[in-house]
Amino acid sequence: MSTMIKMVRSLAAVAALAVATPAVAAGANVEIHPQQWSFSGPFGFYDRGQLQRGFKVYQEVCQACHGLKQVAFRNLAENGGPSFSEDAAKQIASEYTVVDGPDDDGEMFDRPAILADRFPSPFPNVNAARAANGGAYPPDFSLLAKARAAQRGFPWFVFDIFTQYQESGPDYIYSLLTGYEEDPEGIEVPVGQYYNHSFLAGQFISMAPPLSDELVEYTDGSPMTVDQYAKDVSAFMMWAAEPHLEDRKKIGFRVMVFLIVFAGLLYFTKKQLWRNVDH
Amino acid sequence: MAGHSNYVPQSAAAKWLESRLPVISLVRGSFVDFPTPKNLNYWWTFGGILFFVLIAQIITGIVLVMHYTPSTDAAFNSVEHIMRDVNFGWMLRYLHSNGASMFFIAVYIHIFRGLYYGSYKAPREISWILGVIIFLIMMGTAFMGYVLPWGQMSFWGATVITNLFSAIPLVGESIVTWLWGGFAVDNPTLNRFFSLHYLLPFMIVGVVILHVWAFHTTGNNNPTGVQPKTKQDTLPFHPYYTMKDLFAIVVFMILFAYFAFYLPNYMGHPDNYIEADPLVTPAHIVPEWYFLPFYAILRAVPDKLGGVIAMFGSIAVLFILPWLDTSKVRSGAYRPMFKQFFWIFAGVCVALGYLGAMPAEGWYVIFSRIFTVYYFAHFLIILPMLGFLEKPLPLPASISESVLKGGSGKPSGAAAAPETK
Repeated sequence: MSTMIKMVRSLAAVAALAVATPAVAAGANVEIHPQQWSFSGPFGFYDRGQLQRGFKVYQEVCQACHGLKQVAFRNLAENGGPSFSEDAAKQIASEYTVVDGPDDDGEMFDRPAILADRFPSPFPNVNAARAANGGAYPPDFSLLAKARAAQRGFPWFVFDIFTQYQESGPDYIYSLLTGYEEDPEGIEVPVGQYYNHSFLAGQFISMAPPLSDELVEYTDGSPMTVDQYAKDVSAFMMWAAEPHLEDRKKIGFRVMVFLIVFAGLLYFTKKQLWRNVDH
Repeated sequence: MAGHSNYVPQSAAAKWLESRLPVISLVRGSFVDFPTPKNLNYWWTFGGILFFVLIAQIITGIVLVMHYTPSTDAAFNSVEHIMRDVNFGWMLRYLHSNGASMFFIAVYIHIFRGLYYGSYKAPREISWILGVIIFLIMMGTAFMGYVLPWGQMSFWGATVITNLFSAIPLVGESIVTWLWGGFAVDNPTLNRFFSLHYLLPFMIVGVVILHVWAFHTTGNNNPTGVQPKTKQDTLPFHPYYTMKDLFAIVVFMILFAYFAFYLPNYMGHPDNYIEADPLVTPAHIVPEWYFLPFYAILRAVPDKLGGVIAMFGSIAVLFILPWLDTSKVRSGAYRPMFKQFFWIFAGVCVALGYLGAMPAEGWYVIFSRIFTVYYFAHFLIILPMLGFLEKPLPLPASISESVLKGGSGKPSGAAAAPETK
């Protein structure tokens, strides 16, 4: 058994070192403010109310420029997401217009979206988006929460294995949304850009501060502040990027329990089998 | 192999089959009755673990292909389709992408076990060389697999690595164009990588059979490095090692599941969730973690061709390792000086991995160079010299003796037989 423990210990050490790949990103001095997320850790789950609020912020503030093309309206009514009722999701879908066709005359036509459709993007293509936004491209939201992360650096990326830290995406998005500042003295901010101390790609960002207090009306009593809006929309974006997170963690727990019990039984079986062998 | 089985077919059907194709005695001789040293420690279970991971990768991969579309227009979205719409598609994909990392964790432990216990030495050189070939095919498979989701790192990783061949004098550019199937990494590149990514794992299976065949002909190495002498030194593979390997595989599955279910994106790069864009270069192009030591060696050399030669050389040197190590003693357990250099070397490899992830500037470059030189010096200078300089500890007379003197792989001092050099 002592050799076993030694083995496991050295394996853990090797694994910790071997798998330690820091996510390298530009901008070493970005400020990241890690938040408490309901979906972190082995039993993490999405807060329904938070996702619904985040979706409201997305609809009223973000979607004018940012698409959500991987997400379908049916997803809004699925388990593990904002869990709107099917009727509510249908209602939401019907407020969007999608292009369909060609019809019998060969013409493309507009129609209200149905559950099977995905969110239509605000711009027909990247060039149109750039043209409308002073040359900057507002990225699609579908995967942003997994596609952005600030560098963790040593030794944090080793600890992350044990704390199961997978929320660098939403932490970054939250930090960015709350990271706007008055232009600091001595720094010339280019026209059409804004100073932000959490932007990975540099100090200046082309997006104007999108949030302000009281901008979106919450009906559930949550504070109507920039801080809360930023948290809610970040959580919503995490769901959009990882819609099966709850299933994954629930199944993962069952898998872990099974494997640990099974390994324990196998260990004693093996021990019994080898009891008369000097080795 | 088959020669190790005393199997006599009993039933009429078994007799009929055995007289035409002796497959039953082949399997029994290889995986049931096969005499295995009784002192193998848990580091020896990684062969079985690797076999499990290889099969798991093939099964998850085959199912993923049923939903994947190899085309620059559709690849990225088809992976998202798997993640979102396919039943348990997220599980398949996370098992497959993390499975690649698990494969490399296991193979690196397996290789370092061979290095420590001298498993590459006569008479197991062929088994070792086949192992290095498997490692090379694995690297090719993993590299091409990483291109398939067609994210930013897929695209730019493929661009950087294929461009290495342009360093070859005269024909380099033509070779790169030929590899790409065009003048940039594009649809033909993605399609051929997909095709090869599906082919190579089956080639790995083939070489694995040869690898196992080779060391089943010579017999397993063991922690003492002393060849089994009597029947008391060995155990039949089944049930002793089937049970021990199964236990180890399940323990390894716990690690695998931990990453696949709780940290599925830990070992990936966030940029690969951005669709490939030939017009936007990522700030830092970093390969997957398992290539980082080699990437560090590549960048340590200031000359492009030199870097490519050093990188391929770092693996090529493994092919001649059996003839570089001059010590007659196999197991590192009986080699006090080698043991220390082994751990220094392991540390250097981990350090190179870290440096491979860092930007190629300042102190990082200087340390990359020092460690790269040390990497080669370990094989080309230290190992050849150690055989002459080092005085090994006395070897046990047999495996049974070493076991009775307490603890496998531990030298037993005074009572042990004089070292037979």
